[in-house]
Amino acid sequence: MLDAFDTLILARSQFAFTVMFHIIFPAFSIGLASYLLVLEGLWLKTDKNVYLELFKYWRKIFAVTFAMGVVSGIVMSYQFGTNWSVFSDKAGPVIGPLMAYEVLTAFFLEAGFLGVMLFGMGRVSKNLHFLATFMVAIGTLISTTWILSANSWMHTPAGFSINEVGQYVPENWLEIIFNPSFPYRLVHMVLAAYLTTAFIVGGVGALHLLRENSNEAARKMFSMAMWMAVLVAPLQLVAGDLHGLNTFEHQPVKVMAMEGHYHSHAEGAPLYIFGIPNDETQSLDYAIGIPKLSSLILEHDLNAPLKGLDTVPDELQPPVGIVFWSFRVMVSVGMLMIIVGLIGAVLRRRGHLYDSRLFHRLCVLMGPSGFVAVLAGWVTTEVGRQPFTIYGELLTSNSIGPVEKQAVAVSLLAFIIVYFLLFGAGTYYILKMMNKLPEELQTISHGPSRVMEGHSSKRSERLGEVQNGQNIQSAGEDNQGGNGDD
Amino acid sequence: MIDLPLIWASLLAFAVFVYVVLDGFDLGIGILYPYLKTGQDRDVAMNSVAPVWDGNETWLILGGGGLFAAFPLAYAVIMPALYAPIIVMILALVFRGVAFEYRWRDDRHKPIWDLSFHLGSLAATFSQGIVLGSFVQGIKVVDRAYGGGWWDWLSPFTIICGFALTCGYCLLGATWLILKTEEGLRDRAYSFARLFGVLTLVFMAIVSVWTPFLSPDIAERWVSFPQLLFVIPVPTFIIVLGCLLGWGIYKRVDRVPFFATIGLFGLCFAGLGIGVAPYIVPRAITIHEAAAPHASLLFMLVGAVILIPIILMYTAYSYWVFRGKIDPNAGYH
Ligand code: HDD
Ligand code: HEM
Ligand code: HEM
Repeated sequence: MLDAFDTLILARSQFAFTVMFHIIFPAFSIGLASYLLVLEGLWLKTDKNVYLELFKYWRKIFAVTFAMGVVSGIVMSYQFGTNWSVFSDKAGPVIGPLMAYEVLTAFFLEAGFLGVMLFGMGRVSKNLHFLATFMVAIGTLISTTWILSANSWMHTPAGFSINEVGQYVPENWLEIIFNPSFPYRLVHMVLAAYLTTAFIVGGVGALHLLRENSNEAARKMFSMAMWMAVLVAPLQLVAGDLHGLNTFEHQPVKVMAMEGHYHSHAEGAPLYIFGIPNDETQSLDYAIGIPKLSSLILEHDLNAPLKGLDTVPDELQPPVGIVFWSFRVMVSVGMLMIIVGLIGAVLRRRGHLYDSRLFHRLCVLMGPSGFVAVLAGWVTTEVGRQPFTIYGELLTSNSIGPVEKQAVAVSLLAFIIVYFLLFGAGTYYILKMMNKLPEELQTISHGPSRVMEGHSSKRSERLGEVQNGQNIQSAGEDNQGGNGDD
Repeated sequence: MIDLPLIWASLLAFAVFVYVVLDGFDLGIGILYPYLKTGQDRDVAMNSVAPVWDGNETWLILGGGGLFAAFPLAYAVIMPALYAPIIVMILALVFRGVAFEYRWRDDRHKPIWDLSFHLGSLAATFSQGIVLGSFVQGIKVVDRAYGGGWWDWLSPFTIICGFALTCGYCLLGATWLILKTEEGLRDRAYSFARLFGVLTLVFMAIVSVWTPFLSPDIAERWVSFPQLLFVIPVPTFIIVLGCLLGWGIYKRVDRVPFFATIGLFGLCFAGLGIGVAPYIVPRAITIHEAAAPHASLLFMLVGAVILIPIILMYTAYSYWVFRGKIDPNAGYH
């Protein structure tokens, strides 16, 4: 019995580990694909070189991110079967077709046009190339739609019945796809991806402004990112709030955990800002709260009664600590993003957007903040759903397949080692690229993303000979020259 | 009424076949990689697949995802049964997938990523061979679930299948290089094709002779009446295509070897299909037993019928954009 329990913990850790690694890449590549589309569109429209330069710069970073997203995603599509085969057998008829549609409508589209987008400049016309970029960008969004529909169905299942062997059988596909939490989750996630990207682009722009604040490309990307921040961050607050209300309606227990409400409040529940959830004693220790605010947010009434976890059997409660804190982390990051966006807007009005060094330092720090919020958000959502995989229907402990403990343990270890090694290396390369200005990056890379036309910068003109030479030796020297300045 | 499970089984078989051919040549190039000259030859070989590898691997996702969606029971049985080879395969695909981008990022690290590309391709291929072998060999099922241990897949037969597929992918890779390259690299590719052409045919013979001995059931199936009509032409065509392959390599007609090899793979696939049908988990669960409910299959079929032709069209387009021999000087290295 203990063995089965260990296996379950290991399998959950494995799923959590692989999916949390995976989501890092889509969160960035969804936003970046759209950003590339905008950049290429602006280039075609205005014919300004700076857009093309930025396009090529971010495309290179996109290529590496995307590759990591693809390989970690392939792992995910087999993760259901290896450890969670009972879940697969039961939920396959509902979840499977959604994912099959994701493959057919999105993955093929992305993959089919990615080659043209990365390597096709000069081989196809400008408009066709733009079309390829468009297909990749729209592909990432279609993929998001399907996978979030599948995921949302597990949170708020609808439109199904159960057959004699215990499988979930689709009854109404529209109800399944547009299940109650799907629209909220989709909007929230797409905005999250855009924000994540905006803050990375802004962070990179700020980094280069700190070094050379007259650089046109750095100014351009910083400015674009700050526009995104000021427009999208407040929208995310609204979307998140609506999402929370929807969760309150369909998964009230999750909200109790998010809010730290162990106890029911007959007349107006407080909003806890701080506290240490204690599942043992079922109480929020050292709680600091604002009276009645929680009732106001959730019920739009200061005195509305709110139920707490004392109405839920212990074995059906999620681990409150994780949910409570990850939720606070996400919301705090969201608030910081709003503040940064506002400061940026004020500085822009006053004409100091490009010369406020303090603000640039802040933006560099905020660069990776999107990832923190995305991971915290997913942890809130998924851990808050526990102990169910399909909310109210299928327990996580009943989802696991007949796998041996050693098999899960060994493979988990292998995933951890391989992921840190390989994705660590990828992160290192991405940071190295980000550390260069667009015009520098073009001259030092021999990557397949380099294309023959359009050596826009002067340095690349000079080095053109070396680049086209096939002598690896000289290419190596060139590269070292490039490394010299970091 | 239309037989939806059968249609889906055929569609999945098609997806797996397309995967084997397409990713076969780019995995094959990975296996041959250390035997190519460093520098231009390796760059060209890598670039001959860089724009298409992601699309190629998407067929694997369709294979796995399609199995999950259309035959959830089979997916739930096969994945735990083949736990180790599947995990090795997906991890190996990570190693080789990232190499496409990483190897260009820092020249000092290039040897590492070339090795990662090679070992990843090799391990992924070998595990796929093992997966194939264990599938044919049979999987123990108890009560709608896998009933064996996590080493059951290991047997002499599955190991031989691992070697067989490795040789087959090398042949695909070599003949692809013949198609896409010139001069020294193409010469090398021809010598690889000669070696692996012979090895592939030998392994095909071994596996075909061995398979009926795995279970009397397969033997019966291959020699029983309606199947026999299909079984007999297979070896005949294999001989014909084998000769065509040999001729193409000997006469150096660049376009022939690759397509002859695809033909050979197609025939093996057909032979396998005859041996397995109507089961989806051989000799344990039939296509109809494992099939998802009608509503699931129908919903997906609508999409598949519309989308697969479109996918094939734009996939063909992207191959067409990068058609012809790779020019090492211009182009995208
Ligand atoms: C919010 C969006 C999102 C979420 C929640 C997930 N994915 Fe993902 N996935 C994407 C968004 C995405 C993407 C944007 O489409 C990716 C990222 C980078 C990429 O290459 O495509 C991708 C890639 C990707 C691939 C490779 C596709 C290719 O070859 O192009 C697979 C097989 C999966 N994913 C499967 C999964 C599974 C089984 C998930 C759930 C457990 C999952 N993804 C969660
Ligand atoms: C990509 C963003 C996602 C993240 C970061 C994420 C995160 C997590 C985490 C942390 C857990 C573990 C919870 C726990 O065990 O306490 C989990 C469980 C699970 N998730 Fe998600 N999830 C994501 C998307 C999805 C999607 C899209 C699906 C399905 C379509 C899914 C299916 C599952 C399943 C089946 C489990 C149960 C296994 C388990 O409890 O570990 N997840 N997820
Ligand atoms: C600003 C205030 C924010 C609020 C009020 C908010 C609210 C919420 C709520 C209530 C959930 C849980 C949904 C559920 O019940 O399953 C959630 C999930 C999530 N949040 Fe936020 N959020 C905010 C900011 C952000 C930011 C800035 C990001 C990322 C950049 C983010 C990313 C996510 C993600 C990825 C999830 C999991 C997926 C989902 O369920 O949509 N959130 N958010």
